[in-house]
Amino acid sequence: MSELRLNKTESFYEKLSSVAWDEVKSSIYAKTDADVKLALRKSNRDIEDFKALISPAAEPYLEEMAKLSHASTQKRFGKTMQMYVPLYLSNECQNICTYCGFSMDVKIPRKTLSDQEILDEVKVIKSMGYDHVLIVTGEANKTVGLEYFKNAISLLTPHFSNISIEVQPMEESDYVELREAGVNTVLVYQETYHEENYKIHHPKGRKSNYKFRVETHDRLGRAGIHKMGLGVLIGLEDWRVDSVFNAMHLNYLEKKYWQSKYTVSFPRLRPCAGGVELKSVISDKQLVQLICAYRLMNEELELSMSTRESAKFRNNVIKLGITSISADSKTDPGGYANPEVNLEQFEIDDKRTSTEFANIIRDQGYEPVFKDWDLSLQ
Amino acid sequence: MSKLQIADKVFDSRLFTGTGKFSSSKLMEESLLATGSELVTVALKRVDVQNEEDDILARLNHAQFNLLPNTSGVRTAKEAVFAAELAREALETNWLKLEIHPDPKYLMPDPIETLKAAEELVKKGFIVLPYIHADPVLCKRLEEVGTAAVMPLGSPIGSNKGIRTIDFLEIIIDQATVPVVVDAGIGAPSDAALAMELGADAVLVNTAIAVSDDPVAMGVAFKMGVEAGRMAFEAKLGEKLTQAEASSPLTAFLDE
Repeated sequence: MSELRLNKTESFYEKLSSVAWDEVKSSIYAKTDADVKLALRKSNRDIEDFKALISPAAEPYLEEMAKLSHASTQKRFGKTMQMYVPLYLSNECQNICTYCGFSMDVKIPRKTLSDQEILDEVKVIKSMGYDHVLIVTGEANKTVGLEYFKNAISLLTPHFSNISIEVQPMEESDYVELREAGVNTVLVYQETYHEENYKIHHPKGRKSNYKFRVETHDRLGRAGIHKMGLGVLIGLEDWRVDSVFNAMHLNYLEKKYWQSKYTVSFPRLRPCAGGVELKSVISDKQLVQLICAYRLMNEELELSMSTRESAKFRNNVIKLGITSISADSKTDPGGYANPEVNLEQFEIDDKRTSTEFANIIRDQGYEPVFKDWDLSLQ
Repeated sequence: MSKLQIADKVFDSRLFTGTGKFSSSKLMEESLLATGSELVTVALKRVDVQNEEDDILARLNHAQFNLLPNTSGVRTAKEAVFAAELAREALETNWLKLEIHPDPKYLMPDPIETLKAAEELVKKGFIVLPYIHADPVLCKRLEEVGTAAVMPLGSPIGSNKGIRTIDFLEIIIDQATVPVVVDAGIGAPSDAALAMELGADAVLVNTAIAVSDDPVAMGVAFKMGVEAGRMAFEAKLGEKLTQAEASSPLTAFLDE
């Protein structure tokens, strides 16, 4: 199967109807040593090269991939690392997701921050040095919908230069309003592109609508959102196949919505209050392989990493292609001002402070960048 | 070597520099000082104009440096004008590197929006240096609306590919009545020297200095490259012969 061709009116969902999961899977696992060598030699790499680079055949070439990824990342992004911090506003959720700590069927106390509680959080994270903030919530459309977000954003804009959101998928007109309110980046992870199994992992709530979710980035593009984030939940299904679908989605979006920037994250499933059996475990080596493969296919792509990963892993990926990273995160609403209360979405592995982590970045010859946007540019 | 004048400022150095991508702001400062550069561009989005102790601005606080705020991040003329006004107020300079790239992947400048914004900004009293494609007609149009210079690209920004637009740069340099600053893509001191030998008035370099293993040494190397190229241009570099001279002159018969 070759690169997806662009048709102006087709959404990614419609595009996907011509792509079979099993065919993609067999084409990845059929990649040979020669395919990998060819991919490494090329200067412009396509989706077939990406498949080769994430295939088992590329595992012996990990060091070479890392070197290429390192050089390519430095050329585009320089010796810098963008710093951001997540701000969890609510853990209310009407979805059932088999893997998530906020899932409706998980018996945990639910909380949505009030204005004062948001400002209390802002005070703490500003003291940590952050200027780029990522708002995160579950999906509770009635209480935590457009109006709630607009109000929260109005509380944040005096304090931050860049505001991202990772919340439920919304309508195009909502995104226009959010952009005008000051939102720069919207992250929506597909979790998995396996449509049948998506429905098993998301049996209840608005999230069970696969088509609405997979077309979210089309709505974002039409709404003129500056930067869109994509990703799959690594471990839910075969990570290689899901990553190829994610890369195809990215390539489709880049061509169609050429005025937006793109960012990809690598959330690995971790133990949480719900608990799900992992179908496809990715090793540290394979995750590095995946990060490098994205970089080798796309020199301009922002690659982001959270504190789900261990300190050791995070220290070492700074040079490998990651360009945006968080530190000292709390994944429960109110967690910065009240660290003793525990309502977290997933367990944080790397608990170092932002100052400690910024110094680790500097020690490796990189500058941690706290400000690289201005709300006046919205 | 002759001095370069742009608007009301006279420069000894024909190497303009950028402030991004360095591994620390301290190294940026040392490196830019070593280049001898007198005009440094800084992205409005990277500085905290509310904060008087902003690290980048503090590092650039040297008599040697004139600040050239840039509008990196804007996608339209309207956004550019707004950002320019903020930059003028915050950084207290009416100099502006106008860059409008609606395409965040390759950072290609938008010629239509750039011309529109340039016209408006000139009227508002800005000294406008627009970053554009190596498009000779666009350069003339920008001149006509009153930009203080033109800044055509040598190759895609950050690519280090060198002077790939050479044929168009030659036309631009030939036609220009304002200084021509070759911006973007200059990957090596030899690229900078080539641009200067062609007759460019200055070059702007960032990535190749910032991302090198030794940005201070690379800064000096670029300084020398730019000076060598300019000196050669002023000393009238000999025309390259495109073909061997015929052994018997073709017009000799006229004298017979």
